[in-house]
Amino acid sequence: MSETRKAAPIRGKAHKYGDNVDTDVIIPARYLNESEPAALAAHCMEDLDPAFARKVGKGDLIVAGRNFGCGSSREHAPLAIKASGVACVVAESFARIFYRNAINIGLAILECPEAAREAQAGDELELDLAAGKVRNLTKGSEHGAKPFPPFMRSIMEAGGLIEYHRERLARK
Amino acid sequence: MTMSQKIIAARAGLPAVEAGDLVEARVDMALGNDITAPVAIREFRRTGAGAVFDRSRVALVPDHFAPNKDIKSAQQCKAMREFALEMGIEHYFEVGEAGIEHALLPERGLVLPGELVIGADSHTCTYGAVGAFSTGVGSTDLAAAMASGSVWLKVPAAIRFRLAGELGGWASGKDLILHIIGMIGVDGALYRSMEFCGPGVAGLSMDERFTIANMAIEAGAKNGIFPVDRATRSWAASVSGRRYAEYEADADAEYEATVDVDLAAVPPTVAFPHLPSNARPIGEAEGVALDQVVIGSCTNGRIEDLRVAASILRGRRVAKGLRCLVFPGTQKIYLQALREGLVEDIVGAGAVFSAPTCGPCLGGHMGILAEGERALSTTNRNFVGRMGHSGSEVYLASPAVAAASAIAGAICDPAKIADPAGGRAAARPRDGRGGER
Repeated sequence: MSETRKAAPIRGKAHKYGDNVDTDVIIPARYLNESEPAALAAHCMEDLDPAFARKVGKGDLIVAGRNFGCGSSREHAPLAIKASGVACVVAESFARIFYRNAINIGLAILECPEAAREAQAGDELELDLAAGKVRNLTKGSEHGAKPFPPFMRSIMEAGGLIEYHRERLARK
Repeated sequence: MTMSQKIIAARAGLPAVEAGDLVEARVDMALGNDITAPVAIREFRRTGAGAVFDRSRVALVPDHFAPNKDIKSAQQCKAMREFALEMGIEHYFEVGEAGIEHALLPERGLVLPGELVIGADSHTCTYGAVGAFSTGVGSTDLAAAMASGSVWLKVPAAIRFRLAGELGGWASGKDLILHIIGMIGVDGALYRSMEFCGPGVAGLSMDERFTIANMAIEAGAKNGIFPVDRATRSWAASVSGRRYAEYEADADAEYEATVDVDLAAVPPTVAFPHLPSNARPIGEAEGVALDQVVIGSCTNGRIEDLRVAASILRGRRVAKGLRCLVFPGTQKIYLQALREGLVEDIVGAGAVFSAPTCGPCLGGHMGILAEGERALSTTNRNFVGRMGHSGSEVYLASPAVAAASAIAGAICDPAKIADPAGGRAAARPRDGRGGER
């Protein structure tokens, strides 16, 4: 859960996908008879890109188009992505349940339409979550991302919603 | 304020809210199922809370992979059952008394107008049909809500859908929502409320409103909501004696957009693979050969859906080489279908009539597709691999189109094989001998 805490920029290689990447392809329902993150990661993106689980490396990035994570509310989707080692998902836009799930479990996400459209598979990106910046090191470009409201940042900085609630309970 | 904003403001204890505000709102009901609850329970344990905030405001329903489809699913159902017992959760339903969560909760009077409901299932938006604010969340949200009784929400802006006229022929609420998603796209209402209003609402049955609100998520919406009217009040009185509050949108409520829909112009509609927004009128879909037809789910497993399907299947035969599977939404709907003679019509036509389960809708069990197979289904999603092999295809349509297509062996306009005047009369209750009551 430390990805969102550290101030250091995230640097990684892009895996590029299109619009409307749904939670059924991120983690097909046939694997939802369990919820261990490592087991889910073995099938991450399987119905869209069967090679993903093999080729993804720790610290890599998923870059996609509009409405990433649409469909089911399954938290198994961001869990599978996080357990695959993906450091952040950059997209033109996110489906709303995926968006809140990612924040709640501490998977870094960034909404940046320009950077998402421009990036190609294999490009090296550097993300500054705090400043809301995406630098494409391969292309030598830089784009501003949509900043998170302070409330969501505080959940992400706590490491997720449960940690956020625990910290609040402890303060009471 | 919009109708949704008024409910959120009331539950957040604020006099007013605006689109974009982040609020913490009290939940009237928090829902989980056998896939999402096990993750929520794990997270709930980490909160350090020893008990759920209110034993009467948590509902747990084994419906996705239940009756247990394999050992791992059995473990998940068992974990949920044991948690429900440990916490003394009042609304845990075992398979014999349950059904598909979004058909079950309204039937049990657990969601009423003006309430704020969250569920760790994307189709929790179904309850907007009764004038509640309800939205799908993840397992961690459910865990936090079970511990604290509250949820964080970003107050949504809204799109208004002004409905006029009446649906004609075999067109139904399902066709209307597919038609609308076809117009605005799968992210056409992203983060927003879809607020339905206008003189056309009165002609939509409660079952149709459930179907329409159910699929708001397929347009990316946070919720879909209907005004409370005579039909809603009469429905509420039939399921619960609890008191409830009615909210309505202010006359000067702000909407990001208004979409006018003439119901008379909505045709039976089919969504082609692989997005619910690939909607086409039935005339452009006819003749697509099918291997399987599924009738049921949280979208279309209610009694009117079964009546319409049975009215078409009755006295006819499912096409040779096609599998037709019918799933009632709940045990109560199952019994009602038995009493009305619908099960006999359906089984007599050569279709399977199953116990309630989400099973095939999400490619779980009870009707998985092989590579290259094509299904038409009354469910809600047709993504790649949704009902089985990633090389299979799903077309979405109404129960009437599904039943007619099962007879024809290919996508078929119900007006071609059944009374063209059709659907409205077929949805009304029947006596045990199949005649209209």
